[in-house]
Amino acid sequence: MHPAPSVIIFTILSGLGFGLFFWLGLGMPDVSGGTAFAFFFIAYTLSCVGLIASTFHLPNKKNAIYAFSQWRTSWLSREGIVAVVTLFTFALIAIPRIFLGAEMVFTGVLGSFFAFVTVITTGMIYTQMKTIPRWRQPMTPVMYMLHALGGGALLAGESKIAGWLLLALSLVLLVMWRVGDQHAAARGTTADATGLAHLGEVRMLESGHTARNYVVDEMVYRIGRKHAAKLRVIALALAGVLPAAILLLTPPGHVTAFLALALHLPGIVIGRWLFFAEAEHVVGLYHGK
Amino acid sequence: MNKPEDIQIETSPQISDEVRQTTCYMCACRCGINVHMKDGQVAYIDGNRDHPVNKGVLCGKGSAGLMQHLAPSRLHAPLKRVGPRGSGEFETISWNEALDIAAGWLAPLRANDPKRMAFFTGRDQSQSFTSWFAQAYGTPNYAAHGGFCSVNMAAAGIYTMGGSFWEFGQPDWDRTKLFMLFGVAEDHDSNPIKLGLGKLKERGVRIIGVNPIRSGYNAIADDWVGITPGTDGLFILALVHELLRAGKVDLPYLSRYTNAGFIFIEDPKSPENGLFLRGQNGKPQVICRATGKLADYDTPGVMPDLAASYRHAGISHRPVFQLLAERYLSDDYAPDAVAEQTGITADRIKSIAAELARVAFDEEIVLEQPWTDWKGQKHDKMIGRPVSFHAMRGISAHSNGFQTCRALHVLQILLGSVEVPGGFRFKPPYPKPPEAHPKPHAGVTPGQPLDGPHLGYPMGPEHLLLDGDGNAKRIDKAFTWENPMSAHGLMHMVISNAHAGDPYKIDTLFMYMANMAWNSSMNSSGVMEMLTDTDENGDYVIPHIIYSDAYSSEMVAYADLILPDTTYLERHDCISLLDRPICEADGAADAIRWPVVEPDRDVRGFQTVLLQLGAKLGLPGFVTEDGAPKFTDYADYMVNHERRPGVGPLAGWRGKDGKGRGRGEPNPAQIDRYIENGGFWVDHIPDEARFYKPWNKAYQEWAVDRGIFDAEAPYVFNLYVEPMRKFQLAAGGFGDIQPPEHLRSRIQKTMDPLPIWYPPFEDSNVDTDEFPIHALTQRPMHMYHSWGSQNAWLRQITDKNFLYLPTDLWRTHGFEDGDYATVTSAHGSITVPVAQHASLNPKTVWTWNAIGKRKGAWALDNDAPEATEGFLLNHLIHELQPPKGDGLRWANSDPVTGQAAWFDLRVKIAKADPKPAESQPSYPPITSPVGKGPNVVARKI
Amino acid sequence: MTALPDKTDKKLGLVIDLDTCVGCQGCVTACKGWNTQNYGAPLSDTDPYGADPGGTFLNRVFSYEAQAEGRPAQTVHIPRSCLHCDDAPCVTVCPTGASYKRSEDGIVLVNEDRCIGCGLCAWACPYGARELDHEAGIMKKCTLCVDRIYNENLPEEDRVPACVRTCPTGARHFGDLGDPDSDVSKLVADRGGYDLMPDLGTKPVNKYLPPRPKDTLNTQPLKAVADKPQGFLGWLDKALEKL
Ligand SMILES: Nc1nc2c(c(=O)[nH]1)N[C@H]1C(S)=C(S)[C@@H](COP(=O)(O)OP(=O)(O)OC[C@H]3O[C@@H](n4cnc5c(=O)[nH]c(N)nc54)[C@H](O)[C@@H]3O)O[C@H]1N2
Ligand SMILES: Nc1nc2c(c(=O)[nH]1)N[C@H]1C(S)=C(S)[C@@H](COP(=O)(O)OP(=O)(O)OC[C@H]3O[C@@H](n4cnc5c(=O)[nH]c(N)nc54)[C@H](O)[C@@H]3O)O[C@H]1N2
Ligand code: SF4
Ligand code: SF4
Ligand code: SF4
Ligand code: SF4
Ligand code: SF4
Ligand SMILES: [Mo]
Repeated sequence: MHPAPSVIIFTILSGLGFGLFFWLGLGMPDVSGGTAFAFFFIAYTLSCVGLIASTFHLPNKKNAIYAFSQWRTSWLSREGIVAVVTLFTFALIAIPRIFLGAEMVFTGVLGSFFAFVTVITTGMIYTQMKTIPRWRQPMTPVMYMLHALGGGALLAGESKIAGWLLLALSLVLLVMWRVGDQHAAARGTTADATGLAHLGEVRMLESGHTARNYVVDEMVYRIGRKHAAKLRVIALALAGVLPAAILLLTPPGHVTAFLALALHLPGIVIGRWLFFAEAEHVVGLYHGK
Repeated sequence: MNKPEDIQIETSPQISDEVRQTTCYMCACRCGINVHMKDGQVAYIDGNRDHPVNKGVLCGKGSAGLMQHLAPSRLHAPLKRVGPRGSGEFETISWNEALDIAAGWLAPLRANDPKRMAFFTGRDQSQSFTSWFAQAYGTPNYAAHGGFCSVNMAAAGIYTMGGSFWEFGQPDWDRTKLFMLFGVAEDHDSNPIKLGLGKLKERGVRIIGVNPIRSGYNAIADDWVGITPGTDGLFILALVHELLRAGKVDLPYLSRYTNAGFIFIEDPKSPENGLFLRGQNGKPQVICRATGKLADYDTPGVMPDLAASYRHAGISHRPVFQLLAERYLSDDYAPDAVAEQTGITADRIKSIAAELARVAFDEEIVLEQPWTDWKGQKHDKMIGRPVSFHAMRGISAHSNGFQTCRALHVLQILLGSVEVPGGFRFKPPYPKPPEAHPKPHAGVTPGQPLDGPHLGYPMGPEHLLLDGDGNAKRIDKAFTWENPMSAHGLMHMVISNAHAGDPYKIDTLFMYMANMAWNSSMNSSGVMEMLTDTDENGDYVIPHIIYSDAYSSEMVAYADLILPDTTYLERHDCISLLDRPICEADGAADAIRWPVVEPDRDVRGFQTVLLQLGAKLGLPGFVTEDGAPKFTDYADYMVNHERRPGVGPLAGWRGKDGKGRGRGEPNPAQIDRYIENGGFWVDHIPDEARFYKPWNKAYQEWAVDRGIFDAEAPYVFNLYVEPMRKFQLAAGGFGDIQPPEHLRSRIQKTMDPLPIWYPPFEDSNVDTDEFPIHALTQRPMHMYHSWGSQNAWLRQITDKNFLYLPTDLWRTHGFEDGDYATVTSAHGSITVPVAQHASLNPKTVWTWNAIGKRKGAWALDNDAPEATEGFLLNHLIHELQPPKGDGLRWANSDPVTGQAAWFDLRVKIAKADPKPAESQPSYPPITSPVGKGPNVVARKI
Repeated sequence: MTALPDKTDKKLGLVIDLDTCVGCQGCVTACKGWNTQNYGAPLSDTDPYGADPGGTFLNRVFSYEAQAEGRPAQTVHIPRSCLHCDDAPCVTVCPTGASYKRSEDGIVLVNEDRCIGCGLCAWACPYGARELDHEAGIMKKCTLCVDRIYNENLPEEDRVPACVRTCPTGARHFGDLGDPDSDVSKLVADRGGYDLMPDLGTKPVNKYLPPRPKDTLNTQPLKAVADKPQGFLGWLDKALEKL
């Protein structure tokens, strides 16, 4: 799949935002007043920038309102709805917290639940794609979830929790890649896709059009295997292993948290880029790829 | 929110305000089209269901015709060159000025030395008109593109049986039970062939494809014979060998309808050795099976004896058939003897021969249709041999192409499958034997018309166009000893001969719709140099070049004066029975184009321009007695010109009452009738006249009635082509007209009156160990030569081409996707992108034809893939063969017809490492005279 | 809702004969021409005369080579457009309801007044049958020429998709695959029509007819009429005698 920078950046930002909301809803950190404002501001900024910006690159924004209509079948629609519900719910949490110092325990848990669901729906958008076998595995939503919660915990200053979550993320990434590789390998061949397997080995002779087209640009992106392997190591180290080590092995503190975040962020960018770049769409089989 | 079922969509939109029916021009197939108009603009094009050619279907090009019509590369106005030739720098001028310039060059030439004007046209669909202009002008130097296209096929067909494939005839798609296709990628008869193949598939009829490349039509062939290029003749004659050996030939058919029974003179000392024994009245003689006596071949009731011989003055003379049998029964033609060379196993050849025989004779079909033959004998049914063939440039574009095409026709005839149900059928005005065609003329008188038609079918050395010193009369050296039967001229030799001043220098080269500076020339780089070369005074060696194109092609840059044509939707055109009509086996048909929209540029239909130029020059036929223009425009000519009394360009709705078919006075409302009828006219052949046309009385009468010929002209097929024997005799020293010494042995060999096979010339002129690989081109079905690339839709399908290599070659060279190869011939070298192709003859590489473009042409960006990655094989092909031991260079053409031998090319291949930034050779851009196209196209009316 | 209909009254679709398609691209440009002038926004082309042209097509024709050990390779052309799947994943992923499957005939369409161009449906389609139009920003796909097949402004015989009408070899057939007695259903039954990528569970309506077995000719060689070439004349004489 074409790793569109916009999609990468925006899923990361909104993931972090909803991750932070998750912890804030649970009262972690337990803050109020100006400090609470700062935290909520960060959470809102990240999630809203992510959401709004993702609609920004939609070519047909004027119809965006309809995107909330198909919750019964569409994970994207669900994501949109739950995201908005989450944002509203947190208004009910944030305002009392900031201005009244009131703890909204029940609403908070509910908000965290919504935030959690939001990141899961994001993951499900990818997981549901039968056409992209690499994504179609339980680890995909888990990965999205751990990214969000781990990153969120980091932002929330919950270093130890963040450390454990990022450690879990490291393991999940490894499992996801492994399973993904198996799925991708079982994706089939051009012979299967064309239904010509009974005639022998099948290769594409001409793709119909020598000029570019949307399907090829969007879905037949291919990254070299060696290159991917290198990037996986970097992503794993930066997003998971190194920050987890720092967070778990050093005493909590702003410097270490900042360092962990500074490693984690480029790590997830690379990881997310790989998530797309490595994903082989079955349509590629028709292009011999 | 709506449920899907509530969503209202318009399922009955108005398609168009109006439909205008005309004829497609995206290729020479000439399908009927419906042009849907909205707001006075062309919105959409689909096929005319009633049209005899395409019955509603359109190919990829036809359906994209709209984008051709709207192409930004369209020329806008007449242009006068201001920069150096080849630069593309022009100034816009008025039509008056353009015509003045043209007449200013042409008038003095006509008055003094008309041959110094050479007029050559490309895939012109108005040759009866353009040749009429050239004849009136008085130059001998006129031809269309047939010489570099497929004259081998055409001439072999005419000489053998009075017509060939394509426009001349077609398989009986509805009845045939076995179809064999030789060397065809698309052909001119594009949609009819596809419709026909579809019919065969529907009926489950076996298709055998003989082609080094398995693509397109060959992809759907049930059996693919991946023959080694240039060896089809050998393969076909091996099939003949097998059939003869088993006696699987149609003897009654051969006796009745061919010259198999003609007695030929077998006396080595006689100047008539090998010619037919003729009676008092000059008629060839046969031996009557009943009486054992000589008789005129066409005597009613006489059945020629093919087994007898005639002894006279101590010498035996045999019928042609015995010579034929003797030759092809020889072991030289046994499947085992040809297997290695052709790349086809002996078993496969035997199997194919057996299948041909099985279907032809065991699956014979009978139509309960009485008919009467030319001798007056009545037959109560029509017997069909349901095997059919089609072939095109794959066999004709070789230097042994004429003989190979002949071999194929002989095979068809031996099977008794020509003009019979289920076999191959002619389309009117064919069949038409060589005798019925004109002879070539080159009699020049300054200020006067030529003494007759330029082109034709020589029947012996006396028809060659040589002057007293044996020099060629024509600039292209057509009808000389180098290529005696060059029935279509040799367009590919014009520029090089004119440049060399051999046989003489010319002043003005006038060309029409041929991209000679690029894809239609051999040795394109050399041609570009010849067109720009200057003499010691700094003047161009070819002083003036006038060119008519509709688009900004590569050739435009090389002309001094551009006469911009309209697009096909903006002009009148005439697809005439006098020329290359759209007839079918079951009917005569012709068609028109008419301006469904008016041009929005200062352009004129070329035919109208030629009428205006002719009038300006005062050419006979172009002006009235008082010197005024005779025709206002081409439409006027189409209606009012008469070639013979009552016979004109259009055959339909003739006469004042519009009832005349084929014959009749001009009808002023004729074009309106065509338009009402969808742009075409068709007249069906009566049932009893539909088969056996050369020998069918009803057909002959019908054809005379329709003005196709003026008198009935039945004839028999020529297994043995006697005129060829006359050239052979001359080469053997007989007769007054003698070939030059260096050509004698070649003529002796190649002008054999019975089909032979010899290796393509390039094989003996280059070292085949050094250049082991055959290199071919194929037409993409969705592109017409160079035109397609200016079409925004079509170019997305193919905007670059690859050289396809067979798997073994791919692996031995270690190629990978994205690699480039340097391809070298005896003449030149190119470096181009490669791709792998498994279903390919192992000694062959190929590419799509004419995808490569010159930077700056066709209103494309300079960095368009067509110009940076696309390439032409033409740079590797030279119009002359490499020098031989004697220092002489033979033309890279068939020795009989002069057909350009495009497919003889041999190359070697090496991986290009590092790969170049662009395909090589790459030329500097030419200035676009039309600007560039828009950045986005999204047009909805 | 873009839930799929439980069942559709008809299953209109195409049957494409791979034994007959010569890859001429007729259906490709006929489709482009029709759909540029009809249903929704025109199919645009970007950089149409430039270095990197691209554009929206609803139907593209691919070619493949198949080769089994010890057999000659063969070439197969496969046209691909939307298969109007019964279980169309492109519909259910769509967040806006723009993608839907009609319950009356099973045609899968995009309602352009709703589409946001998110591209998710194209991801969900295994066959590459959807293309986002760069100019309109709207997802485009084969409409099965819904504006032809019921079009009362067209003569009856023309109420078929543009690609079917134009196909010169007659490789494309249109009809109701839900009706076992329709011509298309019979063709599928006779010729073993198959689904593309059935494992993905999309249940395509369109079917492909496989290429017939190739290179099977094996007629026994002919027998000679005479042992020696000279014997041929004797045979000839006898054969003529019989006439
Ligand atoms: N390597 C290789 N080269 C080949 C061949 C091959 O097989 N292999 N084939 C050869 C054969 S058979 C042929 S016929 C030639 C074809 O070669 P060309 O006849 O040169 O074909 P085109 O490139 O189509 O060029 C025709 C010109 O006509 C112009 N034109 C198009 N429409 C109109 C119109 O309406 N009016 C006017 N006035 N001009 C118009 C086009 O813009 C173009 O410049 O190529 C030959 N070249
Ligand atoms: N779409 C489209 N249609 C066209 C044209 C076009 O440019 N585009 N051009 C028109 C013109 S001008 C012409 S002349 C015709 C030509 O129509 P075709 O005769 O179909 O011409 P080519 O495309 O040159 O195809 C030649 C075929 O012969 C095969 N071949 C080459 N050498 C041999 C051989 O030695 N033996 C055998 N058996 N096969 C061989 C090649 O593989 C190729 O398939 O097409 C006309 N129709
Ligand atoms: S075959 Fe195609 S390009 Fe040629 S005339 Fe017919 S529709 Fe036009
Ligand atoms: S082919 Fe693709 S676009 Fe068409 S219905 Fe099936 S999944 Fe949807
Ligand atoms: S691109 Fe349009 S049709 Fe496709 S999923 Fe998005 S909104 Fe639906
Ligand atoms: S049915 Fe219509 S929209 Fe679909 S591919 Fe055919 S022409 Fe295009
Ligand atoms: S129009 Fe017919 S033959 Fe041509 S590519 Fe399409 S399906 Fe194949
Ligand atoms: Mo040609």
